Amino acid sequence: MKETIDALRREIAAALSDAKNGEDLKNFFAKYLGKAGSITALMKELGKYPKEERPAVGKLVNEFRDAVMTDFKAKEEEVARAELAAKYASEQTDITMPAKRRTRGGLHPTTLVREELCNAFTGMGFTVYEGREIEDDYHNFTALNTPKDHPARDKQDTFYIGEDIVLRTHTSPGQIHCLETMKPPFKVVMPGRVFRCDDDATHTPMFHQMEGLVIDKNLSLCDLQGLLDTLAKSMFTPDTRTRFRPSYFPFTEPSVEVDVSCCECGGTGCRLCKGTGWIEILGGGVVNRRVIANCGLDPDEWSGLAFGAGLERIAMLKYGVNNIHILYDGDQDILRQFRK
Amino acid sequence: MLLPISWLRDLVDLKNIDNDTVEKSLFSCGLEVEERKPAAPDISGVVVGKLLSVEKMENSEHLQICHVDCGGFGKDIQIVTGAQNIKAKDRVPVALHGATVYGRDGKVVTIKNGKLLGVPSNGMLCSGEELGIDDNWFEGASVYGILILPEDSEPGTDVKKVLDLDDEVWDISITANLPHCQSVFGIARELAARLDRPLSVPDISYTAKAKGDEAVDVTVEAPDLCPRYIGHYVKDIRIAPSPRWMRRRLLLTGHKPINNLVDITNYVLTELGQPMHAFDLATLAGKKIVVRRATEGEKITTLDEKEFSLTPDHLVICDSEKPVALAGIMGGLNSEIQPTTTEVLFECAKFMRDNVRHTSRALGQSSDSSHRYEKGVDEYTTERAMARALHLIEELACGVITDTHIDRRANEHPVPTTITTSFEKINRVLGIEVPRTTVVNVLTRMQYTVSVNGDALTVVAPGYREDIEDYPDLAEDIIKMYGYEHITPRLMTPASITAGGYSREQRDTMRLKEVFVREGFFELINYSFFSENDLDALRLPDGDPRRNVVRIQNPLSENYAIMRSTLVPSILRILSHNQKRGHADSRFFELATRFIPAESADVLPVEKQTLCFGLAGEDESFFTAKGIPEALAEEFGFHFTYERGEQPFLHPGETAKLLVNEKEIGYIGRLSYECAEDFELSGGVYVGEIDYAALTAEFSHLVRYSPVSKFPPVCRDLALVTDEGVTCGAVTDAIRSACKQVSRVELFDVYRSEQIGEGKKSMAFGVTFTPAGDEALTPEAVDKMVDKILKSLAFRLHISIR
Repeated sequence: MKETIDALRREIAAALSDAKNGEDLKNFFAKYLGKAGSITALMKELGKYPKEERPAVGKLVNEFRDAVMTDFKAKEEEVARAELAAKYASEQTDITMPAKRRTRGGLHPTTLVREELCNAFTGMGFTVYEGREIEDDYHNFTALNTPKDHPARDKQDTFYIGEDIVLRTHTSPGQIHCLETMKPPFKVVMPGRVFRCDDDATHTPMFHQMEGLVIDKNLSLCDLQGLLDTLAKSMFTPDTRTRFRPSYFPFTEPSVEVDVSCCECGGTGCRLCKGTGWIEILGGGVVNRRVIANCGLDPDEWSGLAFGAGLERIAMLKYGVNNIHILYDGDQDILRQFRK
Repeated sequence: MLLPISWLRDLVDLKNIDNDTVEKSLFSCGLEVEERKPAAPDISGVVVGKLLSVEKMENSEHLQICHVDCGGFGKDIQIVTGAQNIKAKDRVPVALHGATVYGRDGKVVTIKNGKLLGVPSNGMLCSGEELGIDDNWFEGASVYGILILPEDSEPGTDVKKVLDLDDEVWDISITANLPHCQSVFGIARELAARLDRPLSVPDISYTAKAKGDEAVDVTVEAPDLCPRYIGHYVKDIRIAPSPRWMRRRLLLTGHKPINNLVDITNYVLTELGQPMHAFDLATLAGKKIVVRRATEGEKITTLDEKEFSLTPDHLVICDSEKPVALAGIMGGLNSEIQPTTTEVLFECAKFMRDNVRHTSRALGQSSDSSHRYEKGVDEYTTERAMARALHLIEELACGVITDTHIDRRANEHPVPTTITTSFEKINRVLGIEVPRTTVVNVLTRMQYTVSVNGDALTVVAPGYREDIEDYPDLAEDIIKMYGYEHITPRLMTPASITAGGYSREQRDTMRLKEVFVREGFFELINYSFFSENDLDALRLPDGDPRRNVVRIQNPLSENYAIMRSTLVPSILRILSHNQKRGHADSRFFELATRFIPAESADVLPVEKQTLCFGLAGEDESFFTAKGIPEALAEEFGFHFTYERGEQPFLHPGETAKLLVNEKEIGYIGRLSYECAEDFELSGGVYVGEIDYAALTAEFSHLVRYSPVSKFPPVCRDLALVTDEGVTCGAVTDAIRSACKQVSRVELFDVYRSEQIGEGKKSMAFGVTFTPAGDEALTPEAVDKMVDKILKSLAFRLHISIR
């Protein structure tokens, strides 16, 4: 028996090392290890041996079978690894080829700036109010302490719909609506479209403003500057500074013009800031006592801060746009350049 | 406003203060210097030269060869000139190589060394004209020939020094709250207070030396438009040029010198900000002035020879018969000062700013006077201006002041504003503690009368400050003078905590825009106005609700004459623009307001938020367009249904109404071929418009969990042969209503062939059945359900299975 096994062992070793793939292995298994295989046949021959020899011979055959099985398994794994490696080798993708997806569109730069400002303000306890675009004379002018004979009321600046109906010339009427409907104390910003009869290189007849109004007790110019300082820092860079200088709005007293240190040069002077180091971005002030009284609140009890900025102006500064008209061209090549 | 810096320095003692500091100080008072212009910006490199010799040139009839001593620029410079009015030892302006002066046509020319008839000439001797001046500026400057300078002029000195041309004129913008700064003196007064420097007040003393004329009188019939009118009669007028100092100041501030009398009125206007007028009394019928509203159709011809037809909205100054001036705007040609004028009535008045502005705009006529009146003139200055003009009459010795002084006023005793307040209130507005002594000092400098009693403060405003109403005005004046740099930013420490944040609607809007952006759309912001042409281009018939528009009374142009009643034209124009720029594929959306007029133009129109989107390109179809409402429905948890619809500008076969819960809220469709052509668009273009309020009303924010069966759903494909007219929607609805356990019906193929037959089509649907409760779906159960569905389809839609 030992001789038979040894002969078979040599044959099997050669056969196994010749196996190249799954198919060869399957045939190998059938030929030697399967039901009709040579090793299984050896087991059947056990009966031919005397009873006392059978255990030793059986052990011999079993050990042989186990050894072949182990070698087979090892070979099987080796073949599987090689096959997988070959599969991978055949599946090389050019990973520099373009991705497949729908490309994003984009929000209008004015919307981006508006959202960024609103996010900053809502974080400071402001709500957002969106008012009408066509207003009556009272809300657009009179209630804002803009008396009948104020130059801002001239037809040159204002689009009229009716005798007392106008396209709002600023977002400030929102101040009056808020004062009329909200219970103080409150903080609110009012972004939206505004209209002026002006169409030249630096003006469009429609643009956007954002008005802000805080009604509370004991508010002062220091609070206004603190608020606008925080805003400027979040809008531009953390080291942006603000500066007040006197100005005039009928609905605030005192009124200030607010400059920020130039976002281009940081305040040393460049072409953008015309060498001054400062850029004018918004106006504001302490709400005129008359406006508060006009809306039925006691100006001795309640005080207010108001401010307003042009959103296109901020967008232009932020994105380095030098012509306001391109914001209204609707050109894809332009619009795709802006993002948060 | 133009401000000569030399004049400012005459009124305020600015010793040792340079112009940059002056500019900064004005800036901190709210007076922004927009431009600093040199008085003679184009003249450079011209120096004083002393003529050493002047000799006739050989071979020339009129050329002369001069040798000139230009001090540090050359002790002996040879210059050839054609001028004849010069002789040795004269001092003359010499334009050296590289100098700039005015040429014959008034253009700036650069002087270069050269040769005349072969003789080297190293510069040019200048006339007054070449230096941009005439006799009004400098004695002898109008002479034909070379300008002869004073004998004591030092050779080599910049000629601008000798001619007082080294001045600067500043253009200052005056905000509407500073009418008291609309004059050289007004600005000087503000600056003197800011820098705490002495101010010279113009002399207003005069003596009435002659008896007047009792017949001269003034009646104000419209005191509401003219609250103050002062007239003064001056006789024995001698019309002549005004002195050079006055002419120079007028020239620097943009006035043309005319004669002493007219120049005085312009001088007072510039100096004090009070418009004045002088009427030739001989031309005033009845020697009377009547201030009244014009009658309908009344005519006047102003000094610039323009004729106007007036209405009772306009205020006129009349004599006893006719208008002689358009109040506050311009005098009439009929009462103009002539060289022969011997007696005048000076007018110094306050006209209401709204009326002057209104008239000025209505007639398209304006002047320096009307610009002042539009911002406001105060009565305090009105009084002083008349006295100042009379003082100048005396100073210029051009007439005899009579005692006929007529003063008509609507308010008999104008009381200066008194404000009772406290240091505490003022500091509360500013947010800082301004030292009390500073408050008092600053207010006093600004000519307030201040009395202090503990914390209480009583302040009387100066007469020229008609704008002062309450303590915040004082706070503003104080911080202007004290300096805004004292304001220390603090983040609203006294303020209450408020619940800020976006409303759900605002967050939904941002989400909605994000859906569009994810779908590849760019957001547009278009003008809110468009034109009738846009409505025509959409082929909207008469009676279409979108033809009912809000009109702008004073549009910039016909293109922007009406408010948008639909956003579609704007999007189409943008798509067209992008196609022309080579972008065949584009997707745009806009969320904006549509306007619907109220019954009358004096009632606020209705504003409707509207969502509009447009798609163009090879990959787009009705179904990619339909994907947009579907994406919205998916994001916000509701369902659209679609019905065949029509729009005048859309393809009749590819237009759908959008419905939610059977309510129509918008449409989508393909642009018709005709409209596409009008808008210069090619290929398939799809647009949709949705009423935004109606859309957001359907947004569902309530999310409820429903249990999911542990058994998997089962899918079956059904290929159905139908008549051509049967729609996918009808079949889908029928399948759904036939069996409750159908959770999904999806069309995956449509097929037509001869085999199926003419007028028929085969539609293949994937139908998903979901187990109810905890029971698995057996194949037999599904077969039963399919059977039920097929029977229902056969019955309802005559559909058979293929």
